[in-house]
Amino acid sequence: MTSSLPPLSAPLDIEFDYTRSLGSTLGRFATGLAQRRVLGARGSDGRVHVPPPEYDPGTGAPLTELVEVGQVGTVVTWAAQPQPLEGQPLRHPFCWAMIRLDGADTPLVHAVDAPRVATGMRVRAHWADTQGNGIRDLAYFVPDDGQGDGQGDGQSGGQGIGQGGGRGDVRTRQAEVVTTVTTPIRLRYRHSASPEESRYLRGLAQGRILGQRCPACDKVYLPPRGACPTDGVPTVDEVELPDRGIVTTFCIVNVPFLGQRITPPYVAAYVLLDGADIAFLHLVLGCPADEVRMGLRVEAAWKPRDQWGTTLENIDHFRPTGEPDAPYETYAGHL
Amino acid sequence: MTRHLAAVIGVGQTHHRARRTDVSMAGLCREAVDRALADADLTFDDIDAVVLGKAPDLFEGVMMPELMLADALGATGKPLLRVHTAGSVGGSTANVAASLVHAGEHRRVLAVAFEKQSESNAMWALSIAPPFSLPVGAGAGGYFAPHVRSYLRRSGAPGHVGAVVAVKDRRNGALNPYAHLRQADITLESVRASRMLWDPIRYDETCPSSDGACAVVIGDEPAARGRPAAWIHATVMRTEPTTFAGRDQVNPRAGRDAAAALWRAAGIADPLSEVDVAELYVPFSWFEPMWLENLGFAAEGAGWKLTEAGETALGGRLPVNPSGGVLSSNPIGASGMLRFAEAAMQVMGRAGDHQVDGARRALGHAYGGGSQYFSMWVVGAQRP
Repeated sequence: MTSSLPPLSAPLDIEFDYTRSLGSTLGRFATGLAQRRVLGARGSDGRVHVPPPEYDPGTGAPLTELVEVGQVGTVVTWAAQPQPLEGQPLRHPFCWAMIRLDGADTPLVHAVDAPRVATGMRVRAHWADTQGNGIRDLAYFVPDDGQGDGQGDGQSGGQGIGQGGGRGDVRTRQAEVVTTVTTPIRLRYRHSASPEESRYLRGLAQGRILGQRCPACDKVYLPPRGACPTDGVPTVDEVELPDRGIVTTFCIVNVPFLGQRITPPYVAAYVLLDGADIAFLHLVLGCPADEVRMGLRVEAAWKPRDQWGTTLENIDHFRPTGEPDAPYETYAGHL
Repeated sequence: MTRHLAAVIGVGQTHHRARRTDVSMAGLCREAVDRALADADLTFDDIDAVVLGKAPDLFEGVMMPELMLADALGATGKPLLRVHTAGSVGGSTANVAASLVHAGEHRRVLAVAFEKQSESNAMWALSIAPPFSLPVGAGAGGYFAPHVRSYLRRSGAPGHVGAVVAVKDRRNGALNPYAHLRQADITLESVRASRMLWDPIRYDETCPSSDGACAVVIGDEPAARGRPAAWIHATVMRTEPTTFAGRDQVNPRAGRDAAAALWRAAGIADPLSEVDVAELYVPFSWFEPMWLENLGFAAEGAGWKLTEAGETALGGRLPVNPSGGVLSSNPIGASGMLRFAEAAMQVMGRAGDHQVDGARRALGHAYGGGSQYFSMWVVGAQRP
């Protein structure tokens, strides 16, 4: 184990399906899309914006007059996407384009199913097979050959359908009113530990607990720090710590929640190892939860060696040693 | 350097609910903004700059919401800033807006803060375990419960005081038409019988998860002259790291230092006798006595005695959270601003059924993260 080893890193993937409440204006826009109709909003200056903003970009006034626009439009400008990424509208090379639909005054951004397009090119909406997903109902655009594509919804724009929601003779499909859409968010990180923390993690992989002492305040940090929070200098002097200490304080987690990896109830305790100046959170098992107490002496229960990695999870939990409790005065400064 | 006078001249908030699925994030903010502008008898044309506060982006999964919300906030063509100090952000946002007026940079500034918890899951967002760490975290309650236990040990407070706070705040919430939880019939017995979530914190001692927004308009001296106003006597913010050796997690130094600076700037020598009402950020009931001590209203270890004696109830010596507080409404990003706004409403005499009689000087307080961000202000009926 030398300090020249690179810092440890590992993937950190975060994902959640957020549920968006659309409100009146965007709800009508999404409901229109579910019916294969595109609605814009007439702004305070008379321009028609697609997608409809909830509030006027100039005056901030609420925009409630929605107007149906065409499903064919003109490319205003564009950029090629030669290597599509996960989650994008098309899996083969396509173009992103600003498309001004017939009847609209402002362009919307969407995908065009063509490796290259041109400014001024005419494109036509291609609808997704599933509906009720907001803008994703409009899967992508295709170059318009003037013949339609059999989806059969091309129609002229400009019909007002104000707040009252009158649809006149516009042809619609029956669809549920859309009030929310689900937005899945996936984040893919590579999380890197600091050089100091990496050294500590590699120690754990050998069953050793390596802290470091701050050269300025002499406090022993576990994990060691790239910068002592009090003095701003890296902790440097290595201090090997025993795998026993005390519980300073704790709580009993009874509540289940999304993403939880330990089944409740469990005792989450701050463990202060002998010789350390800062406690860390870990689990306490080996006695009933209501027998865990402040000052309880505990020792590490390690997992089998063949399950060890560069993680504090090598210690499965802490368990009581049976020694007398530490007096309150000895840890009152660690609460 | 001249410090220009600044005052709250308009306050607005939404009806806070578990799920405001009738509005988008923009619509939610706008509801509070429209009420604040109406309260100030102003329009967007009168506003020089907008400051937005919002808790961590992962809570709603929107990066830089201030850009998406610019139209709704009437910020087109104006300076638009976003403030981010975790749960204290609503307070920090009001303070940043005040600083723009104090500095003479702008005459009227709109400050807005919001949270739409129904679109996401804050407990999940707060419990993500990065690689190499142990997945012991269990949301905000799991973080704060051990420190509440430390407070109980250190102060010797009787176990029922947490329930006293919960009963008081929920009953106060019943007087507030905007509150999410309005529980006029809650009792000590029902709180103490509620489920233990993060021992020693029970279900009824825990803040709800709310959708909501708050907005305040802050104006300079000419803008505030001749109209109802809550004059800003002092503002303060302090920060400290989440963990360091010897950190006092029960009575954090950043909070103590902030309070000392705040009282000094406001010319207050004895906060308990000179402050008429306090809105404190109390997401778990035990934080009322903890913050009473941290803020200097009581000696260390004695905060619970004020609570137990009823001194923090309406009609007591220092009513705390007449609005119902965070225990009654918790749109996280807005929760701090709601404390600041209620303080302003109190000294303007506009707090309705939860008005503290004769309130002339009030504290608004917020904290965030692992008790690492603090923001506070003192507002008064008289100009400073």
